[in-house]
Amino acid sequence: MSHFRADVRQRAEELVAVYPRRRSAMLPMLHLAQEQDGYVTDGAIEEIAELTGTTPAEVRGTAAFYDMFHLEPVGRYVVGVCTNVACLLAGGDDLLEHASRTLGCAVGGTSDDGLFTLEETECLADCNIAPVVQVNHRYVRTTTPDAFDQLVTDLRAGRLDGDVPPHGTLIRVRRNGGLRVERDELSAERAAARAAREARAATEAK
Amino acid sequence: MASLDAPRIVSSRSEFTDSFTLTRYLATGGYEGLRKALTMFPEAVAAEVDAASLLGRGGAGFPAGRKWSMLRKSPVSYLVVNGDESEPATFKDHYLVERDPHQLVEGVIIAAYALQVTQAFIFLRGEFALGLERVQQAVNDAYDHGALGRKIFGSDFSLDIVVHPGAGAYICGEETSLIEALEGKRGFPRIKPPFFPAVTGLYGEPTVVNNVETMSNLPWIVTHGGAAFAALGAGRSAGTRLFALSGRVNRPGVYEIEMVKNTFRDLVYDPALGGGVIGDRPVRAFIPGGVSAPWFGPELLDLPLGQDEVGAQGSMLGSGSVVVMDDTTCPVRAAWRITKFFSRESCGQCTPCREGSGWLERIMYRLEHGGGRVEDVDLLLDLCDNIAPGLTWPPAQTTICVLGPSIPSSIKSAITMFRDDFLAHAHHGGCPHD
Repeated sequence: MSHFRADVRQRAEELVAVYPRRRSAMLPMLHLAQEQDGYVTDGAIEEIAELTGTTPAEVRGTAAFYDMFHLEPVGRYVVGVCTNVACLLAGGDDLLEHASRTLGCAVGGTSDDGLFTLEETECLADCNIAPVVQVNHRYVRTTTPDAFDQLVTDLRAGRLDGDVPPHGTLIRVRRNGGLRVERDELSAERAAARAAREARAATEAK
Repeated sequence: MASLDAPRIVSSRSEFTDSFTLTRYLATGGYEGLRKALTMFPEAVAAEVDAASLLGRGGAGFPAGRKWSMLRKSPVSYLVVNGDESEPATFKDHYLVERDPHQLVEGVIIAAYALQVTQAFIFLRGEFALGLERVQQAVNDAYDHGALGRKIFGSDFSLDIVVHPGAGAYICGEETSLIEALEGKRGFPRIKPPFFPAVTGLYGEPTVVNNVETMSNLPWIVTHGGAAFAALGAGRSAGTRLFALSGRVNRPGVYEIEMVKNTFRDLVYDPALGGGVIGDRPVRAFIPGGVSAPWFGPELLDLPLGQDEVGAQGSMLGSGSVVVMDDTTCPVRAAWRITKFFSRESCGQCTPCREGSGWLERIMYRLEHGGGRVEDVDLLLDLCDNIAPGLTWPPAQTTICVLGPSIPSSIKSAITMFRDDFLAHAHHGGCPHD
């Protein structure tokens, strides 16, 4: 019995096929698990282990290393406020405090209605619009307390659903392409191309 | 006076709101560099890059051409693009992947052709959700356009590019750690030697790892020639570079300007660039190249923006990110926050970094928030010395990777430049600015 829905299972199998080695699909597949469930569940860990040729312990141990993977349930919206140096100089810690009050949850916690999880993040690489706020890893560019409150109102009302998908959905553009060629055939092609180049070089040298 | 005559090499499409689309890219010379490259011998393409004297734009500033020449001969080899941009206050790759993804993709295809690699990976930090979507779309469009895949533009060269998302770990910007992440593991940097993935990289095969901005320069270099690129800038710092300016300035942003011909003062004060400090306040200190770099005082504002010029003064141009602190900035608070960052992001493999970063963070915290002692100042320096003995620049290393020895940079800078502030914190029982 698959933990992944049929369509998610199919995408997971496509991911495995993209890489020279199965285990390389680990990180994208963990993102995929979060897309289905909002966080990385035990069931997903079992299935990812099977798909990547690893053990559940290896999957869990890998997932635990990375900040973006949540092994416990989180809100529909994970709100990240940066307080690293560029944002600090723009009042990032004040905005984080304000966010905590507005959302009614501590940093690292989830609001009572289960809608929001608040995180203090490290630099999110958008320092010209500081302090930086991301919701589900989408830049929302709200730098003031008033703008933050408006953002929360808009999110609650579902007005940003198109821009900010539920937590876990990271890349909505599907890969389309690939070489679709056997490795041996590709090697033979490369060898032929090299021989042709060498012949061309020899001709040009004359 | 800032020198702003140089061509925009990687940010030439900044005026277009649709700069990320294939249509706009093709209308502005897109994929012409690749078409030209495919008519050349791969070695000739590599020679152009060598002639350009393009220093890697990731942070270490290693010459791209030389990195390529070290690639071990092997039937299988890989090209990996490092787009894990996480050095605090660095946001130029973010700009490039969102605003000009085709330029990156074209650069990757050119590099792959020069290296004769048929499999490339673009590793982007997971927090770049929009960037990941834009680059994946660009890759898809490139396939449809014939610029990627089997027999590119009718040539005998084939290439696949996989866009790979990271998942939130600063350490994955270190190239061997990035390779581990790409192999589906924890991002632990690998023990050196071998020093270079060009010898042993992804799956143990030879691998070139290049930064996003480095790759984005390649279409222009191939189109205009390496010599035209090398004619810009001066000394070892050839070309233009993206500088990410942030902190207490009127116009923070990403600016592409010629290296060496411009100074930090130009970047901070020119009306077309930083536009000066907020409220015309004096600069108290600035970070010249990411938070791993030692800080400079205002007396070094006239230093040229060049790798060797900055290196000679005991810091680094690093990732090209400049953070300006004015007289409203508490240097203890700034250094504490940077230390907290390193403490959070240490991967935990090496004791000096794992333990040291936490100890330093707690001491810095108590100085800033109350409970600090006068002797903490020397204790901080002593601990820093245990991580990077001698506190020299470039730092000595007691750890597998350079994250550890980067931790002391901000603390030592802040204490050297602002010891009185530290003492005031100890006497006051916390930050006097609060």
